[in-house]
Amino acid sequence: MTDLLTMQNITIFVLAIFVGYHVVWTVTPALHTPLMSVTNAISGIVIVGAMLQTMTIDANTLNLTSILGAIAVFLTSINIFGGFMVTRRMLEMFKKKEPKVTESKVTEANH
Amino acid sequence: MIVNPNFTSAAYLISAVLFIFSLKGLASPTSARLGNTLGMVGMAIAVITTFFVGHNLIMPLIIGAIVLGAIVGTLAAKRVQMTKMPELVALMHSFVGLSAVLIAIAAVFNTVESHTSVQRIELFIGAFIGAITFTASVIAFGKLSGKFGSKPVIFKGQHLLNLVLALLMLGFGILFYLQGNQSAFLIMCGLALVLGVTLIVPIGGADMPVVVSMLNSYSGWAAAGIGFTLNNSVLIIAGACVGSSGAILSYIMCKAMNRSIIAVMLGGFGAEAAVADAGGAQKAVKPGSADDVAFLMGNADTVIIVPGYGLAVSRAQHALQELTTKLISKGVNVKYAIHPVAGRMPGHMNVLLAEADVPYEQVVEMEDVNNEFGQTDVVFVIGANDVVNPAAKKPGSAIYGMPILEAYKAKTIIVNKRSMAAGYAGLDNELFYLDKTMMVFGDAKHVVEGIVKAID
Repeated sequence: MTDLLTMQNITIFVLAIFVGYHVVWTVTPALHTPLMSVTNAISGIVIVGAMLQTMTIDANTLNLTSILGAIAVFLTSINIFGGFMVTRRMLEMFKKKEPKVTESKVTEANH
Repeated sequence: MIVNPNFTSAAYLISAVLFIFSLKGLASPTSARLGNTLGMVGMAIAVITTFFVGHNLIMPLIIGAIVLGAIVGTLAAKRVQMTKMPELVALMHSFVGLSAVLIAIAAVFNTVESHTSVQRIELFIGAFIGAITFTASVIAFGKLSGKFGSKPVIFKGQHLLNLVLALLMLGFGILFYLQGNQSAFLIMCGLALVLGVTLIVPIGGADMPVVVSMLNSYSGWAAAGIGFTLNNSVLIIAGACVGSSGAILSYIMCKAMNRSIIAVMLGGFGAEAAVADAGGAQKAVKPGSADDVAFLMGNADTVIIVPGYGLAVSRAQHALQELTTKLISKGVNVKYAIHPVAGRMPGHMNVLLAEADVPYEQVVEMEDVNNEFGQTDVVFVIGANDVVNPAAKKPGSAIYGMPILEAYKAKTIIVNKRSMAAGYAGLDNELFYLDKTMMVFGDAKHVVEGIVKAID
C-alpha cells in the first residue's frame, strides 16, 4: 500500500512541477517580486504538517513533538500572513494610476 | 473529529487549485490582486480542513501560535520598506526551512507514529532541504542587510569541505533509513545546517538575486518533501509549484547576469573582478549640470530612463516621477527601461517605481525596449552601470554575452552617478566616454530635483 501511495505522490509531484513551470512563465516580469512573496506565503502550507504534529501524546499535552509542532505553526503563520499581506501591499501600488477622484469612484463601483 | 476523508481530500484539492490560480493571476497587474485573495482563501481552506483531519490536536496551542504569527507577520508586512523586500523574503524563506526541519524532527520523535522505510527517506529529504534552506537564508539575509558584510568568504579546500559534509550527511541519512535511529537523524540535520552556511558564504553580494531565487525554490522543495511524508497532496502540489517558480526565477536572473548557476553556487564572483579595473579611469568625460539636462530633456521628443539600484539607494524615485510627469505635460514621450537585475531581486525595480506612483504602462522590459534606443533622443541612466555597459558586446570582456540595455545607440546619453567608481562587475564603462554622453555627478535625488526645478 505504502509503495502505491508513494507512486501516486510522485505522480502528483511531477505533474505539479509541469503546472508550476507553465503557470510561472506566464507571470509578467514586472511582478516577479510579488511572485516571490506570494510563493513565500504559499510555501507556508507546511503549516498543515506543523498542525498535525501539535498533538496530545499519551495524555501528555506538552511533549517534544507538540512543542516543536507549535513553534513550526508560529513560524509558518508569520510566513502566511506576512507573505500575503506584503504581496497585497505591493499589488496595491500597481493599481492603474487615475486622477485621485475618479480612482475612488472606480473602487467603489467594484465593491 | 472524524470526517469522511473524501471531503477533506476534496477540500485540500480545492485549496491546491486556488494556489495555482493565485500564481496565474500574476500574469497581469489587473488580475494579480484577485489572485492574491484566492491564495488567501486557499490557505484558509487548507488550515480549517486540517483541524478536521488531525488526531488529538491541541486546539488552543495551535490557534494561539497562528494568532501570534499573524500579528508578527502582518506587522512586518505593513512596516517593511520596499527597498528591504529582499531581506524580508530571505527571512521568510528561512522560516519555511526551519519549520520543515522542526516538523520532521517532531515526526521522528512522535511516539505514536511509526514510519515505514519509504517515509524515513521522505523525512530525511524534507529535513535536509529544510535545514540547508534555513541557514543559507539566514546568511543571505545577513549579507543583504549588510550585517555580515557582502564580501564572498573564500578559503582553501572549500569545495572539499562541502563534499565531505554532504557525504557525511548522506551517510547519517542512510543510517536513519536503515535503523530509524533518532540520533542519526539529529546529526544529519546538524550537518545540513552547517552545509547551508558553507554553501552560501562564498557567494558575493552581487549574486544575491540568484541566491534569493534559489532559496525560494528550495523552500518549495522542502514543503513538497514534508507533503510526501504526510501523503498530503496540497503540500506536494504547492511545494512543487513554488519549487519550479523559484527555479525559473533563478534561471532568468542567471541569464540576465550572464552567469551559470553552477558558477554562482561555487561562488567567488566579484573578488577577482574588483581588482581588474585599477588604472582605467583616466580618460576624459564630458561633465554637465542639472540645467543642461533640463534643456536637453525639455527639447527631446522621446526620453528613456534607465534606473538602477543607485536610484533606490538615494530615494530618488519620487523626484523622478515628478520629472516624468513634467516632461509628459510638455509633450515628451517618456519610458522607463528595466533590466532584469536592476534591483536586488527579480522585479524589484518595478516595485520601487510602482511605489513612487509611476504607472506600469510607462515601465518596459529590456527585450521590448532595446530596438527603440536608436530612435531615442535622450537616454537618462540613473544609478545603473553594468547593465548599460557596451563591453558586453565585445568578446573577451568579463561580461561578454550579458544582455544589456542598448543605451549607447541613443542620440544623447545622460549618466548620473555619484563618482566614476566601477559597478559590481568592476569594469570600466566606455559608455561614459562617448562624445554624445554627458556625465552628471552627484546624489541621484539632488540631481533629479535640480532638473525638475530647471524645467519650467
